[in-house]
Amino acid sequence: MTEARAAGSTTWSGADTALQAADLRLRQLGIGAAAVVVAVVAGLTIGPVGIGAHRVVLELADALPGLAFDSGLSDAHAAIVREIRLPRVVLGLLVGATLSMSGATYQAAFRNPLADPYLLGIAAGAGLGATIAITANVGDGAGAFDPVPLAAFAGGLVAVTVSYAAGHLGGRSTASLILAGIAVASFLTACQTYVLQANSDAFRRIIAWILGRIATSGWSEPALMLPYFVITAAVVMRYRRALDVLAVGDEEAAALGVNPRRVRLVVVLAASLAAAAAVSVSGLIGFVGIIVPHTVRLAFGASNRVVLPLSVLFGGAFMVFADLAARTVLSPAELPIGVVTAFLGAPFFVLVLRTSRREVW
Amino acid sequence: MAVRIQSVAVQLDSTQVLRSVDLDVAAGEWVNVIGPNGAGKTTLLRAVLGLVPFRGSIDINGLRDRRRSARARHVAYVPQTPVIPPGMLVADYVLLGRTPHRGVFAAETVTDRRIAAEVLERLDLGGFSDRTVQSLSGGERQRTVLARALAQQTEVVLLDEPTTALDLGHQQDVLELVETLRRERGLTVIATLHDLTLAARYGDRVAVLAGGRIAQCGRPAEVLTVETIAEHFGAHVRVIDDPEGPVIVPTSAPAPEFGAAEFAALATSKES
Repeated sequence: MTEARAAGSTTWSGADTALQAADLRLRQLGIGAAAVVVAVVAGLTIGPVGIGAHRVVLELADALPGLAFDSGLSDAHAAIVREIRLPRVVLGLLVGATLSMSGATYQAAFRNPLADPYLLGIAAGAGLGATIAITANVGDGAGAFDPVPLAAFAGGLVAVTVSYAAGHLGGRSTASLILAGIAVASFLTACQTYVLQANSDAFRRIIAWILGRIATSGWSEPALMLPYFVITAAVVMRYRRALDVLAVGDEEAAALGVNPRRVRLVVVLAASLAAAAAVSVSGLIGFVGIIVPHTVRLAFGASNRVVLPLSVLFGGAFMVFADLAARTVLSPAELPIGVVTAFLGAPFFVLVLRTSRREVW
Repeated sequence: MAVRIQSVAVQLDSTQVLRSVDLDVAAGEWVNVIGPNGAGKTTLLRAVLGLVPFRGSIDINGLRDRRRSARARHVAYVPQTPVIPPGMLVADYVLLGRTPHRGVFAAETVTDRRIAAEVLERLDLGGFSDRTVQSLSGGERQRTVLARALAQQTEVVLLDEPTTALDLGHQQDVLELVETLRRERGLTVIATLHDLTLAARYGDRVAVLAGGRIAQCGRPAEVLTVETIAEHFGAHVRVIDDPEGPVIVPTSAPAPEFGAAEFAALATSKES
């Protein structure tokens, strides 16, 4: 065998050109990073209290370890930047990055452009969990412990688990998994509607939760979100090449030496965990998981080696901008962020769809 | 022996697709598997690839390692209807063939990229590397899929109906290319083919898969007879001898050997 391999390789030698593989280019990474920086500076600068962008940049640089700058901000303004706006911007980055990464992962794993992080019932499960917690009125507003995120997180994960188990009972195809997700989501939504009808006094709080928000009380939400993002992103990024192999379908992927079901199980679990964590801190923010990965595909190509990392960067930046719009358009009132993501995102996406010449579907 | 298939049986759901298949293919040999629709030709290839559970044994160059990636370093597959991934460039598609060598988490090495470049060049696809696979014509696409299989650098290549959806000229192009590559690189080829004349013209032996077994196997002129084709395909044909192999021509039923005299005899026997 080894002889055959060696003999084979001699016939192949002598080529002096090598193909370029699809991979994240420095330029693309630079564009993504620039979008994040612009979003962060805008998010920290714009608000009811006017603070100059250059002072914000200096204040940020000062916050970095080992650097010392005098931003010239008063203590009160510095506190607004560091204690109020910065945690919110960071949470926006994390939630946006997580949701678009999950969406991109689902789309690749299921080879379905319509897949989003809520495909396997996370939204319905989390919605039911949150609704039950809100109507039960446990720890309502008082004390440090808020059961709503926990209930939403648990509900989302239970829904995905049931969908996955039911989908695999129904057969081996991804279609049966998606159908199981739809069934589970419908069932849980029906349950949620029932609970909602029976507790109409909690209606407003529940609707507000469903429409989503990026709201922080200090650093607790970003701190809660960070480990989920880091761990799941590490898993998904490690599998980015495997997801490119899955693009030729399960049978051909298997003939290329890959176990498609195992790859799918791992990445879908990671993406679901990430999405459940995002939903638990910010409610149901729709559309991001679909439009950000597709915009990235249209702009930079379809390989997951490019789509996954850039979805993280652009998803984060997009969410910070959406949150900025949510809190400034009707200031001092806040728009639900789910409204903003769809209101800004849909026309933008149609524009991209119309102008891009790439065939990515 | 490059591929030794012994007493292989495959059951899919409740259907026994293959009952007991025995087939030996020597290193560097090209065997065409023919048979009527539903005979299990594709299933046989899938069994060799380890994609369906089977009873019996399939030995590929004495390979002991049962892992998929190990098998994929020895057997490459060109499916009948390949899934064309939307938006994927030809270069990336061909590089997928390097997956079993690089490991699924690792980046391609310079060697991987060089091999892919050479395969593309060899199959006259050099100028296509920046195109999407989707945008290619049927013939170019088939060559691209073949390029991916060749980039796997396996000793054995399995082709499932490689000429489907191609016009006659492109059918010949693809099969000539396989023949040339086989000679250049000593490939062992197992192909399924619908077109019996093409099956006779290319390759060393023809194996008839019917009733879940290899009913006949041998040189095309021995196997592709009027009787065999009538028995296994239910087809009425005339077989014309040609220096390059038998030519199979469909005729209107009944077959010419069954002439007017036999008809008369049949009619008389019924009457009596």
